[in-house]
Amino acid sequence: MADIVKPRDAKDVEDAVRFAVSNETALEVVGAGTKRGIGRPLQTDMTLDLSGLSGIVLYEPEELVLTAQAGTPLAVIEEAVRAANQELAFEPIDYAPLFGGAAGGGTIGGVIAANLSGPRRIRQGAARDHFLGAKGVTGRGDAVKTGGRVVKNVTGYDLCKLIAGSWGTLAALTEVTIKVLPCAETETTVVVHDLDDKTAMRAMAAAMGSSFDVSGAAHLPDHIAAHFDGLPEEGASTCLRVEGFAVSVKHRRETLAALLAPFGRVSFVEAESSRALWRSIRDARPFAHGQGLKRPLWRISTEPMRGADLADLIPPSAQMFYDWAGGLVWVGMPVEEEPDAAAIRSAVAAIGGHATLVRAPVAARAANDVFPPQEAGLAALSKRVKDSFDPNGVLNPGRMWAGI
Amino acid sequence: MSVRMPPVDQAVLDRRAQIVAALRQIVPGEGVIAAEREMRPFESDGLPAYKQLPMVVVLPETTGQVAEVLRYCHANGIKVVPRGAGTSLSGGALPLADGVLLGMAKFNRVREIDFDNRVAVVEPGVTNLAVTKAVEHEGFYYAPDPSSQIACTIGGNIAENSGGVHCLKYGMTTNNVLGCEIVLMTGEILRLGGKHLDAGGYDLLGVVTGSEGLLGVVTEITVRILKKPETARAVLVGFTTSEDAGECVGRIIGAGIIPGGMEMMDAPAIHAVEEFVHAGYPLDVEALLIVEVDGPQAEVDDLIGRVEKIAQDCRSTVCKVSQSEEERLLFWAGRKAAFPAVGRISPDYYCVDGTIPRGQLPLVLRRMRELSEHYGLRVANVFHAGDGNLHPLILYDANVPGELDKTEEFGAEILKLCVEVGGVLTGEHGVGVEKRDLMPTMFSQIDLDAQQRIKCAFDDKGLLNPGKVFPQLQRCAELGRMHISGGKLPFPDIPRF
Ligand SMILES: Cc1cc2nc3c(=O)[nH]c(=O)nc-3n(C[C@H](O)[C@H](O)[C@H](O)COP(=O)(O)OP(=O)(O)OC[C@H]3O[C@@H](n4cnc5c(N)ncnc54)[C@H](O)[C@@H]3O)c2cc1C
Repeated sequence: MADIVKPRDAKDVEDAVRFAVSNETALEVVGAGTKRGIGRPLQTDMTLDLSGLSGIVLYEPEELVLTAQAGTPLAVIEEAVRAANQELAFEPIDYAPLFGGAAGGGTIGGVIAANLSGPRRIRQGAARDHFLGAKGVTGRGDAVKTGGRVVKNVTGYDLCKLIAGSWGTLAALTEVTIKVLPCAETETTVVVHDLDDKTAMRAMAAAMGSSFDVSGAAHLPDHIAAHFDGLPEEGASTCLRVEGFAVSVKHRRETLAALLAPFGRVSFVEAESSRALWRSIRDARPFAHGQGLKRPLWRISTEPMRGADLADLIPPSAQMFYDWAGGLVWVGMPVEEEPDAAAIRSAVAAIGGHATLVRAPVAARAANDVFPPQEAGLAALSKRVKDSFDPNGVLNPGRMWAGI
Repeated sequence: MSVRMPPVDQAVLDRRAQIVAALRQIVPGEGVIAAEREMRPFESDGLPAYKQLPMVVVLPETTGQVAEVLRYCHANGIKVVPRGAGTSLSGGALPLADGVLLGMAKFNRVREIDFDNRVAVVEPGVTNLAVTKAVEHEGFYYAPDPSSQIACTIGGNIAENSGGVHCLKYGMTTNNVLGCEIVLMTGEILRLGGKHLDAGGYDLLGVVTGSEGLLGVVTEITVRILKKPETARAVLVGFTTSEDAGECVGRIIGAGIIPGGMEMMDAPAIHAVEEFVHAGYPLDVEALLIVEVDGPQAEVDDLIGRVEKIAQDCRSTVCKVSQSEEERLLFWAGRKAAFPAVGRISPDYYCVDGTIPRGQLPLVLRRMRELSEHYGLRVANVFHAGDGNLHPLILYDANVPGELDKTEEFGAEILKLCVEVGGVLTGEHGVGVEKRDLMPTMFSQIDLDAQQRIKCAFDDKGLLNPGKVFPQLQRCAELGRMHISGGKLPFPDIPRF
């Protein structure tokens, strides 16, 4: 494999990309490399390691804004904002343990490039919704900036949205600006026990359709619930989180429990245990340890009420659980090395939405689409967007689809 | 008012009769308007200083018609300007003399309401308020609430990424839209997103939102709807200086409170509004805040107490908590009527829309007062204080020769100031034609080229709403060219392993 270049600053990144363009060199763009296993296998000549671009440039808690170099470890940022009792409200998943890595290793650039989110996606959005501005180097070797440092900004096209979730195929980020928000004073999770998947979807819809400001809604079926932290007992658990000021949480947990009582037996998971529970949901814990690590893993985004229909359409020995009130389904396939893309793709075609093959061996990722296949018009537009940023295909070429 | 628009294509104008006939084939009956008198209502939008009659107005009713109109115009090199309700404050829907004005008003149906999935599927000509009206019988609402919500359309909201007083807590349009159907200039129909969250590939919906009608014509939209909060209360807080008010805003957020809305007005705005609406605003203050918190009763009461305490600590001179829903609405009635109220005290007013980092407010207000003296024009300020979005209203008289030009210059100076202190040219009204030529104060040519290449990816002939957003429209072929030239570069001096 290729050699590694490690820029010290944005100018180095620009030089490296310009070198790559003029020498027809394909670059693998990495931060800490925790999500390297996601995407089609790359054939690159050189690794552009952005972890040297590290450090918080600006943090103004009262303005709810933070700017950092793209290679800044997420852990450093989380520590800084926690000291001001703030957080990244979109609750980014930590992918590293799903690939056998240590927790807490990613960079902020990677969080943005992969448009990470977590259970709070349903209420606070994903990285895209908190990503205010960026500097980066496009595949043309141009140092560009987009957005700004204020939340309300409609000046020019919102290229931040395109960059979030582009997996390093459009630009090598050098600096990002994000919105931060105050931490909740406390939280409680209301658990409804022993619901089947379809009833659980209805219970979650009732909770989400209430005014109780639910910030997490997950259903952990019987076969998998034991893998999560913080649950009071075994068996299927439908979890609804309320966060905020203590007086408010107290009121909402009671009213929510009353609302959900008709669906089944209800109990509570309090503050610290609740946090542990949602961390394990966020990080898809059942698939991040033991035998679970061997399962090819799919992440499916669909309309919430259709989530449970998936269970009928996929192999019965697959393991699965639901986040986002049913709209996010994690599916661990039963046979090592075999993601069974045909089964998943046809199931998702039936219910709507899209599926990403988060984890599979290299050969399987080379043989199957990793990102959702697109119909012709959309695929052509995506290719034109790629070409507009990176016409020579020097940045993570082919990571998302052939040619992109 | 003069602003340089793309050169008129005389060859297109010469074929006008033929073009009108061809469009009538696609959209029959009253859907094609070619008589000058009937086209008048379309000659400008919410920025009436700019006026231009279009070549022809087309009002399609179906996505198929939109696609055919665009395909025809693409094949024949005819420019197209989409239009919703025409309330744009930046001239986004300003017609072109040689262009088709594509009015989306007939796309006015709510197609589906799905309470279980908490979404509504609507046509782009549905008004913002109509979405809420369609779902409120179940206690739901659509969160982004521009002051123009009675009139403006969801299609326009997508194009401008519109906000409202509640976007501090609930986000702008872009945070509340899940999917759309869009027709490209070639007539190709694409679906982006749906009832699910996030894109499976590039977030094209994200870049379409806020693209000011330059990338495609949106023909259907899926929006997220929310259950109304249990209750809401508002506090009116008056201060003798804007510095104190600014500090109060910062401290409220610093205390971990994200209010449903947090608005500020300065003395001229307060006086104009109070005279008009009699909302009970204090007249002996320099700055007035409206802070609204929403949620369960217990939370709201608790937070109101905290806000009152913070206000006192920031030397507030007046602090009045709404005691009833009527009173809360009255507090807001004043703020919501700010534009017309200012309209009453001056023959004309010009609304500026920039965003600044909140902490810069005192500086910006001070500099604005200096500018006001310099230009001899009064300013009233309303301000989305929570997110730093300023709306200075410059009072002028269009009948005084030269005063409009002076006003525009003053507005431009304010926007440059916003950029200078770390803010941006527009927070919610869009660039349009109005701020187009100021874009270089915020972006380099390289930055602008990167944006224009996205335009090329969607509309390679540059036929959709040209003359807006970008100071100079470049040819796509030129933009596509790579400029790193001259043999292979040596490897730069970067650490290698
Ligand atoms: C009194 C007043 C108060 C206002 N208050 C606010 C406010 O609080 N917050 C705020 O954000 N804005 C506000 N605005 C500005 C304006 O209402 C918004 O920008 C609104 O979203 C425009 O919607 P519209 O339907 O009128 O669009 P138009 O003015 O008709 O068009 C606006 C832009 O959208 C494009 N467009 C329209 N429909 C489509 C479509 N279907 N597909 C593609 N492109 C399309 C047009 O080409 C144009 O570029 C206010 C305006 C007024 C007059």
